[in-house]
Amino acid sequence: MSLRSWLDSIEHHFEKGGKYEKYYALYEAVDTALYKPPLVTRNTAHVRDGLDLKRMMITVWLCTFPAMFFGMWNVGYQANTILAGSPELMAAQEGWRIALTSALAGLDPASLWANFLHGATYFLPIYLTTFIVGGFWEVLFASIRKHEVNEGFFVTSVLFALTLPPDTPLWQVALGISFGVVIAKEVFGGTGKNFLNPALAGRAFLYFAYPAQMSGDAVWTAVDGFTGATMLSLGAAGGIEAVTGAGIDWMRAFLGTVHGSIGETSTLAILIGGAVLLVMKIASWRIVSGVMLGMVATSLMFNAIGSDTNPMFAVPWHWHLVMGGFAFGMMFMATDPVSASMTNTGKWIFGAVVGIMTVLVRVVNPAFPEGIMLAILFGNLCAPLIDHFVVTANIKRRLARNVQ
Amino acid sequence: MEHLISLFVRSVFIENMALSFFLGMCSFIAISKKVETAIGLGVAVVVVQAITVPANNLMYNLLLREGALAWAGLPEVDLSFLGLLSYIGVIAAIVQILEMLLDKYMPSLYNALGIFLPLITVNCVIMAGSLFMVERDYTLAESAVYGVGSGASWALAIALLAGIREKLKYSDVPEGLQGLGITFITIGLMSLGFMSFSGVQL
Repeated sequence: MSLRSWLDSIEHHFEKGGKYEKYYALYEAVDTALYKPPLVTRNTAHVRDGLDLKRMMITVWLCTFPAMFFGMWNVGYQANTILAGSPELMAAQEGWRIALTSALAGLDPASLWANFLHGATYFLPIYLTTFIVGGFWEVLFASIRKHEVNEGFFVTSVLFALTLPPDTPLWQVALGISFGVVIAKEVFGGTGKNFLNPALAGRAFLYFAYPAQMSGDAVWTAVDGFTGATMLSLGAAGGIEAVTGAGIDWMRAFLGTVHGSIGETSTLAILIGGAVLLVMKIASWRIVSGVMLGMVATSLMFNAIGSDTNPMFAVPWHWHLVMGGFAFGMMFMATDPVSASMTNTGKWIFGAVVGIMTVLVRVVNPAFPEGIMLAILFGNLCAPLIDHFVVTANIKRRLARNVQ
Repeated sequence: MEHLISLFVRSVFIENMALSFFLGMCSFIAISKKVETAIGLGVAVVVVQAITVPANNLMYNLLLREGALAWAGLPEVDLSFLGLLSYIGVIAAIVQILEMLLDKYMPSLYNALGIFLPLITVNCVIMAGSLFMVERDYTLAESAVYGVGSGASWALAIALLAGIREKLKYSDVPEGLQGLGITFITIGLMSLGFMSFSGVQL
């Protein structure tokens, strides 16, 4: 019996009146995950497009893969490099990750496989936790509220997992994704009905609730007892000289072999995934250009103003692009079609707000080294109002044009 | 001048009346269903705040604070215990006068502000503006800037909230949370977004 006919044969149990009626959302999720939904629009005129919500979400998910795989390799590479360079830290390490990696691949920073495996022992538990806990809430709400489990969760979960530092305790991962999925999305009715990006809301919740595990210098590397500052905290302390002084030139920052959250370090890997999104028109090029322009304009402005006390003023825009999570936020977070502006003009403005705010927070706010997360959340707040003004301006213009 | 600009920016974004101090919640929640009315109320708050804070500043410095009555030959007198009572009196009086003046000379603005103007008398943002001004010991110029800034912060917040609530019309909120509940959650999430400003040193 083929899988399809087996699914069909058990379907009546899940339909109204069947004995597993309550679990219809789960059945539907498994079914659409395996097969294309058979429903098509039939009557009256409609435009048919191969791109449905499912394909769109899965494409975003696939587009995070370059960043994800690079991130796993990089987490392992950073850890292995540090361990190889310091025997006393090596002796202090314990836990199943080290044991597993050294048993299967060794801890050689020159070996692709050893790095990848070591990084995977950090990323996969985080991702699995995100997926299981978030998926639990998703299915629970879907079953009780009788809507479908949406593929959007694939995107939320992977984006959330990639924004975390590799060392994040798993219970915090579970808490963060619960906040993101429940408070920022499901209480508003699920995918497409929220106004904040759920992955970022969860991340921001963790950031403010557990600053010790989410910021500072000790969390960015998967080695206990090692402190390594991110480029942004180096930059905040001593400007670009401090970053290059730590042996990081622009190319290395662009490729991403530096400390940071799992998925954010490699601008190159992110741009590869982002380019696919842009070509397929899933991510709006207007938003991405808006973020980019806003960032460039604001950093040029700060360069021109200059400051004797704050070295971040002098950071040029091409460094802002490769530092921290800017590229990741620009490509994957700001372009979330639900929480960004909907109108074309609005997308430009929304993007610019995000870009400007990012540099503002990075440069003039000493409380937070990184600004893209808060900037996008702020942009999400402004998005509906921007849309409102764009629409009213449009109506006014058309009325004026048709005046008798 | 730079000092006043940074005071303005701080009062609009960093010390946002609605989203950092959670002041003025009653009208913030009640009148944020439509963007147009929200902006109307916001403008009214800015206008009233811009007048009452400097007015209360004058009254505090010339009449109420310890030694303020020296010009009348009474350097010992300290009337600051009358503060609360006097500020709210000044606010109520100014709102009433403003209403009459607008009705007479600028009927279009009067109609635009409508019911919001008298309602503002009891808006705690207005009272809080005056109290913060006294507590922080602003000069007259500072208090004028602070009045405009804190009013603008509240206007900005209510406009953003109204935009979001108009968008939320299309959402599917669980029954128990509809109306007030989801609005509270929304405001909480909004202040999470406004956290980006906290800690900015100006």
